[in-house]
Amino acid sequence: MIEYALEYPDKLYFPLLEHIQMLFITLILSLILASILTIITIYSESLSKTFVYIFSVIYSIPSLAIFALLIPLTGLGKTTAIIVLVLYNQYLLLRNITEGLKEVDPAVTEAAIGIGMNKIQLLFKIKIPLSKKAIFTGVRLAVVSTIGIATIAAFINAGGLGSILNDGLRTVNTVKILWGSILAAGLAIGSNAILSKWEQRL
Amino acid sequence: MENNLWIQIKTYFHNNLGTFLNAVKEHLEISLISLGIAMIIGIVCGYLCVKHKQLESKIVPIFQVLRVIPSLAVLLLLLPIIGTGMKSAVIALVLLAVPPVLMNTVVGIKEVPSFMIESAYGMGMTEKQVLWKVQFPLAMPLIFTGIKIAMIEIIASATLAAKIGSGGVGEIIFTGLGLNRTDLLLIGGITVGLLTILSSLLLELINRVVMRYKYVKS
Repeated sequence: MIEYALEYPDKLYFPLLEHIQMLFITLILSLILASILTIITIYSESLSKTFVYIFSVIYSIPSLAIFALLIPLTGLGKTTAIIVLVLYNQYLLLRNITEGLKEVDPAVTEAAIGIGMNKIQLLFKIKIPLSKKAIFTGVRLAVVSTIGIATIAAFINAGGLGSILNDGLRTVNTVKILWGSILAAGLAIGSNAILSKWEQRL
Repeated sequence: MENNLWIQIKTYFHNNLGTFLNAVKEHLEISLISLGIAMIIGIVCGYLCVKHKQLESKIVPIFQVLRVIPSLAVLLLLLPIIGTGMKSAVIALVLLAVPPVLMNTVVGIKEVPSFMIESAYGMGMTEKQVLWKVQFPLAMPLIFTGIKIAMIEIIASATLAAKIGSGGVGEIIFTGLGLNRTDLLLIGGITVGLLTILSSLLLELINRVVMRYKYVKS
């Protein structure tokens, strides 16, 4: 096993980088989309519930099924994978953000309204700084789930660590399967551990 | 094109209805078997964790890590050890489904207010009676949420399990991917999507019945 890694380091290194790249693109896009949706939802309670409900239904559909349904529209490859991953992340992010914003002490928000803040100021100056821990939990969950689902995306030719698994499976190469699984699991566990540490410090 | 696709889907159902129904049956079979085993392991371990504190610090972290590992990695890691087929798929799915059930059982039983347990003992209930008549019914809503999460996780991962030769609807999707056939992709995708949505609706209905016991903190 170690010989394989020493002999072909680029075969493990490149998919890992590709995986991390996919993770970052997805994370940035989903954060942008989630913040837009959050700003929309501060104006209407029922709209925020509807969003969370719609995304929870999407979240419960298996990733492979959504990939299969999107392929006729957007084709194989990274684009489809990233669209699906961003959609999945919306549930985790929105749920945590709305819950975090709701947990803010009403006395504080009332005082803020009392000194004349409007809704946007209230959101950015009071609610977000006070609920950053809950928001960060959402980001952590989104990162972990993105790493997991991105391995599945290799089946639709999006590359990443899943491609090592896929190759290993096709050629019955146990070493490759093991390396792929270990790297995927390690990446997920490692980033979860680092982000949890960071979360505690907030 | 649109019309063509519709005809393709129609011919598929005309020619392969048996295969399709068999795939759905296999999918449900694997999911239900794994869910059953996961429920037993999860609830029993959860109860033991609450009862023996030192066990909790050992078992819970293991499953917490297990929950983070991508499902595909869990499925494929077992492949060299157990081989392909339904057995290894069920083992992998159980491993994926135990954590939510276990965690929610631990939290559910712990959240039962201690005054209720004390008053149950005070009324002269034995330990068994307290467990079955007070702790479990009150923990049920949370345990049920865990089962629901586990069910969705299992149906999703059972689709992937087709890759390690366990059959199911995932096979239709993978065949569609391999042959680049949109009709197969759509049939597989919609079927799995419907399966998850229907099963979560069904569980929601059962949940309504179970929720009668929900303890509302005032």
